[in-house]
Amino acid sequence: MIHSLFLINCSGDIFLEKHWKSVVSQSVCDYFFEAQEKAADVENVPPVISTPHHYLISIYRDKLFFVSVIQTEVPPLFVIEFLHRVADTFQDYFGECSEAAIKDNVVIVYELLEEMLDNGFPLATESNILKELIKPPTILRSVVNSITGSSNVGDTLPTGQLSNIPWRRAGVKYTNNEAYFDVVEEIDAIIDKSGSTVFAEIQGVIDACIKLSGMPDLSLSFMNPRLLDDVSFHPCIRFKRWESERVLSFIPPDGNFRLISYRVSSQNLVAIPVYVKHSISFKENSSCGRFDITIGPKQNMGKTIEGITVTVHMPKVVLNMNLTPTQGSYTFDPVTKILTWDVGKITPQKLPSLKGLVNLQSGAPKPEENPSLNIQFKIQQLAISGLKVNRLDMYGEKYKPFKGVKYVTKAGKFQVRT
Amino acid sequence: MSNNSFTYSEQSGGGEAAELGQEATATISPAGALGLFSSDLKKNEDLKQMLESNKDSAKLDAMKRIVGMIARGKNASELFPAVVKNVASKNIEIKKLVYVYLVRYAEEQQDLALLSISTFQRALKDPNQLIRASALRVLSSIRVPIIVPIMMLAIKEASADLSPYVRKNAAHAIQKLYSLDPEQKEMLIEVIEKLLKDKSTLVAGSVVMAFEEVCPDRIDLIHKNYRKLCNLLVDVEEWGQVVIIHMLTRYARTQFVSPWEEYAGLEHNEKNFYESDDEQKEKTDQRKKPYIMDPDHRLLIRNTKPLLQSRNAAVVMAVAQLYWHISPKSEAGIISKSLVRLLRSNREVQYIVLQNIATMSIQRKGMFEPYLKSFYVRSTDPTMIKTLKLEILTNLANEANISTLLREFQTYVKSQDKQFAAATIQTIGRCATNISEVTDTCLNGLVCLLSNRDEIVVAESVVVIKKLLQMQPAQHGEIIKHMAKLLDSITVPVARASILWLIGENCERVPKIAPDVLRKMAKSFTSEDDLVKLQILNLGAKLYLTNSKQTKLLTQYILNLGKYDQSYDIRDRTRFIRQLIVPNEKSGALSKYAKKIFLAQKPAPLLESPFKDRDHFQLGTLSHTLNIKASGYLELSDWPEVAPDPSVRNVEVIELAKEWTPGDKAKEENPAKKFYSESEEEEDSSDSSSDSESESESESGEDSMDSSEDSSEESSSEQNSESGSATEAEDKAPTKRSSETRGKSDSEDGKKKNKKSKTSDSSNAESSSVEESSSESESESESESESRKVTKEKEKKLKQDRTSLTKDVSLLDLDDFNPISTPVALPTPVLSPSLIADLEGLNLSASSSVITVSTPVFVPMKTHVLLHRMSGKGLDAHYFFPRQPCIFGDKMVSVQITLKNTSDRKIENIHIGGKKLPIGMQMHTFNPIDSLEPEESITVSMGIDFCDSTQMATFQLCTKDDCFSVNIQPPIGELLLPVAMSEKDFKKEQGMLTGMNETSATVITAPQNFTPSVILRKVVNVANVGAVPSSQDKIHRFAAKTVHSGSLMLVTVELKEGSTAQLIINTEKTVIGSILLRELKPVLSQG
Repeated sequence: MIHSLFLINCSGDIFLEKHWKSVVSQSVCDYFFEAQEKAADVENVPPVISTPHHYLISIYRDKLFFVSVIQTEVPPLFVIEFLHRVADTFQDYFGECSEAAIKDNVVIVYELLEEMLDNGFPLATESNILKELIKPPTILRSVVNSITGSSNVGDTLPTGQLSNIPWRRAGVKYTNNEAYFDVVEEIDAIIDKSGSTVFAEIQGVIDACIKLSGMPDLSLSFMNPRLLDDVSFHPCIRFKRWESERVLSFIPPDGNFRLISYRVSSQNLVAIPVYVKHSISFKENSSCGRFDITIGPKQNMGKTIEGITVTVHMPKVVLNMNLTPTQGSYTFDPVTKILTWDVGKITPQKLPSLKGLVNLQSGAPKPEENPSLNIQFKIQQLAISGLKVNRLDMYGEKYKPFKGVKYVTKAGKFQVRT
Repeated sequence: MSNNSFTYSEQSGGGEAAELGQEATATISPAGALGLFSSDLKKNEDLKQMLESNKDSAKLDAMKRIVGMIARGKNASELFPAVVKNVASKNIEIKKLVYVYLVRYAEEQQDLALLSISTFQRALKDPNQLIRASALRVLSSIRVPIIVPIMMLAIKEASADLSPYVRKNAAHAIQKLYSLDPEQKEMLIEVIEKLLKDKSTLVAGSVVMAFEEVCPDRIDLIHKNYRKLCNLLVDVEEWGQVVIIHMLTRYARTQFVSPWEEYAGLEHNEKNFYESDDEQKEKTDQRKKPYIMDPDHRLLIRNTKPLLQSRNAAVVMAVAQLYWHISPKSEAGIISKSLVRLLRSNREVQYIVLQNIATMSIQRKGMFEPYLKSFYVRSTDPTMIKTLKLEILTNLANEANISTLLREFQTYVKSQDKQFAAATIQTIGRCATNISEVTDTCLNGLVCLLSNRDEIVVAESVVVIKKLLQMQPAQHGEIIKHMAKLLDSITVPVARASILWLIGENCERVPKIAPDVLRKMAKSFTSEDDLVKLQILNLGAKLYLTNSKQTKLLTQYILNLGKYDQSYDIRDRTRFIRQLIVPNEKSGALSKYAKKIFLAQKPAPLLESPFKDRDHFQLGTLSHTLNIKASGYLELSDWPEVAPDPSVRNVEVIELAKEWTPGDKAKEENPAKKFYSESEEEEDSSDSSSDSESESESESGEDSMDSSEDSSEESSSEQNSESGSATEAEDKAPTKRSSETRGKSDSEDGKKKNKKSKTSDSSNAESSSVEESSSESESESESESESRKVTKEKEKKLKQDRTSLTKDVSLLDLDDFNPISTPVALPTPVLSPSLIADLEGLNLSASSSVITVSTPVFVPMKTHVLLHRMSGKGLDAHYFFPRQPCIFGDKMVSVQITLKNTSDRKIENIHIGGKKLPIGMQMHTFNPIDSLEPEESITVSMGIDFCDSTQMATFQLCTKDDCFSVNIQPPIGELLLPVAMSEKDFKKEQGMLTGMNETSATVITAPQNFTPSVILRKVVNVANVGAVPSSQDKIHRFAAKTVHSGSLMLVTVELKEGSTAQLIINTEKTVIGSILLRELKPVLSQG
């Protein structure tokens, strides 16, 4: 399966390598660099590259490439999913998955990689187990360690790996027992020129932060579970119970984790909370164009829409933009040609707009397509699909936990074509 | 030397480190000399010193720096001797880092590496399973050929280890050893065979991985474990699931017949038409017979379905390819939804998933059509994702959706990403050829694009138009003229070449333009691209043949230019054309046919998907992604025409059959066979899912015997049809007989009680051993021996086979991997046929009633005294029924016990001692409590299977010093679980439970007690029932099922005139029904 792993930063330095079988020379990465050069854009580097003796499967995360070397047939998704899991673990341990963080904690990284994979086959990937094996670095611990010379390797042996509930560590104890659930929904939409919806669907997740002592057995029920027609579960969820009763019943892992993710498909009508009026035009044979967009709320269910940001990838011929926003501030980067307008909140009395002139490169033909607008926004206290948590019950433990549910709706891949 | 040091280190025990140091310095000298020339000599020197220091912190620091060097890919091999000394360090972290170092450099320094082996050998015998496991891991990772025998020995031992975790590592070690020394294959296969039998979910994934790597062709090893693997699948960790699913897909393709459309089968039949008579007969028989899916085939399809909901994309993809390759085509549709869900994931996942969807969508358009819009392209997608989406959209295009798609394509054509715009144009071309209705529309659209400002777009359009026109020539003169005009402006060679070719082909249709074009081209010939030059030559030749008057000179001029061209291709072509078209004395017979050669009717190009040829690779594989056969790719075989003997997977039935054969021979063979088959049998019966469980339950429950007979019969027949073990005919006989047996055993109950209780005792004893001992595996082996005893008994009473089966089931419930670990399988309400149907992936028919366990309406906080503090010497115990589905087993009632220490000293080691349970009753105890401080209390939960009776569960609650006999008697209302059902279903069920099954009573009380809320409160206080919505004010309905057998319990309170009410209870369990009636009546009549 996975033979070796190379971590490569944006400038093409291999700053970490790890081999699970015999050593593969760094030169194998040359094929990867070649492909990277050909692709021009980091996003377009093919995830699977074939070389004479090996296959390279790579992912791109947080400005880093994780390049794994494969020698024989393996489902590519298996490797990709694993590499993402590795990146997630780094994120979890160091707070960020960056070159600096990895270099600073190279020993922990190595220990983690050692535990996560044996002979190229995943061994322990659950964060609860890993954290028992190798303690994550904290400032306090690193100070203590440097004084006492003690280590960050757990000296008690993890029970999770051997228990029947591999995702939860044993002997969890909290003074405040809390269980929080965040229902986060993202609207993916494509709106066409005339403002009608070409495609819209809701992608939701329920992220949980559970800090409960002992072995709590939770069941979470919804007011309208039928909304969720396509769901993927954390392994802790009892599938049959969901099938028969539409109740999420589970013994949770300790800490933060994603309980479910779901999709409310486009068959159901999706309420689009904002509309955009736009007029972008470039004059033929002239070096300027007009730019005018206005954003307004629509079907917002009485909640304020906040955190609005509009990002526009302008055509290459645009040199500069002279705009005046009625609200918020804008920036235009003449190198990347990206216009960002940070709007903030919408107040229905005065709709925010951004107007002005666009300077074009003189002599160049006018761009034939208007750029599409990518919109970000956030609505607190609302799940746009109408999903509502009914109740959370806990069994198996005696104490009364503190429970909380938070709803947020965000724009996902929300695009307005102009 | 190597041998020397090896034996040497073996002998040395305590003073090893010191000795080792000497050894190390002796061998290091050459390396040290080398080191003189290396620039970082100094640094390494101080690392060495740190490693040799006495302080752990210094050593640790040094090791950390060394690991940092390894990570950056710097050579740290010269430190080997200094590092390897620390392999026996007491500090865990140092040890771990030394392991990291060893694994990296052992291959390069084989001799020195041997010094560490004895440490590992010692660790392999460590009492701690994790130390054993990690020793095996490192030992097997050291790629030193000399230690192969040691590794082999270690693997063999570890594969029989009690700890499943160690066995898992043994499975990993198999692959490592195999890659080190392939000659060990035979021995390793033996180990694999042994580990495949393992029942732990931990081991399953790893051993299948080893199987795939070492001996993927030994499919025969899988037979006996097939069902077990299918059933364990849900509980295996996600990575193992992927590997197992891929392996089972391959297996299914060799073992089952095709579930696909009839015609496939017919074809095969045709082929074999001339075979021997017998076979032919068989074939025709087969043809007549409708296709019946092998139950094992069904089992696999059914058990993988829940995994489509996995969070792991690789698992979802694995299931999707399994459905694609082995399920009936009508069922494969369910995978599309899950695959579309994956499209929200990272770009890498998207890339792979889209590739696979592209392949699928060519063959079965319908599957993804409903999700058409999910493949719409966003301007922010990376180009590779865009082109893949486009590919899929093209595949999905049909008459119905083409107009929407074309509108969408219009947006794409204008995209700033020109590469993508070009791809869109090609796509439009493909749509135009595939769907004849829109050909003209597309053509017009493309012609419009010819005036686009971007050259790439225009060029692509020209190429596509050329292809389109070629398919339907004639009537497009206008377009050709338009394109001829483009020649002046367009510079992309491919496009220019295309236009020239098009004009040449249609030169007779545009007689005026063609010569003029040739004239222009002749002028610019020398500056054209080779591709264009060739087409100019072609055009010249064609015109020469059709219109020689006007173009003779021009053509000759061009041919002369071509003659002296730099490219030999052009010169070659020129010579060829000149010979062919210009008549001279040397020209042979061919020139007569020149016109036919040049202006022949040319077949139109087929515009095909680039994914057309990928379908011969298994989906989801690396080979499919690359479209090249990757090394180690295992072909999916075609379906066999006749299924290989299905009984190879089927241990249980063979055994049963044997027991019934009167011959003595079979009997003699039995003991040996038993030994193997036992485990499988266990698996089997457990797998056949809930139905068999319900059967077993109803049998073990004593008073439920008569009433449940019907249901159990039904379920056993269901078992046949679903998970059924053998061919139908074979199976039916046993069932009949077993039901007979059951009848008998019923009547002879008294007689057999003795024996029965014995066996159940032994199984109980096992259960306790399993729960009490912390290492599960130990008890596993115990239980195995126990179970063998059970089987021996079983043999004595041949006819009691069904009962023994029951025992197997109960054994299994207590098996190490099963109980708590199966969160998914937990509260399997066994009762409703609809659930079973659900499991099969069939749709619920509207008529079948949906009965599901619901959450309790009300949980009374009333506690009962288990042990009074006076009699318990300060230990006070209360119990209470939380009314939750029990997590220890779905037949159990959960009981929470609150223990409180009221004395003034610590109470230690509280646990449950001996149990005196009525037959059939089972109990899952809590883990022993080490100590309880004064005034401290603790709540523990247990599960008790009361077998739907109100008999007491008597057991001993023990502390370190004392034992107290206590008992729990369940109130009748706690033996129920509420179910949710509609009024209609309630009435339907009630209608089926009349006569004997109905008990009723009249209640008299004041009218104010008859408000709905009061009745609800009173009823749920007594019994754990669920309220059924009622359309009539006067009738209140409640429904529940018994915990153990799942029989329905329907309670109706019907208000009459005045202050009377009718209380009716319908249930199969008449005894419980009447007790419940007795309890409810006074409560309802109370004020």
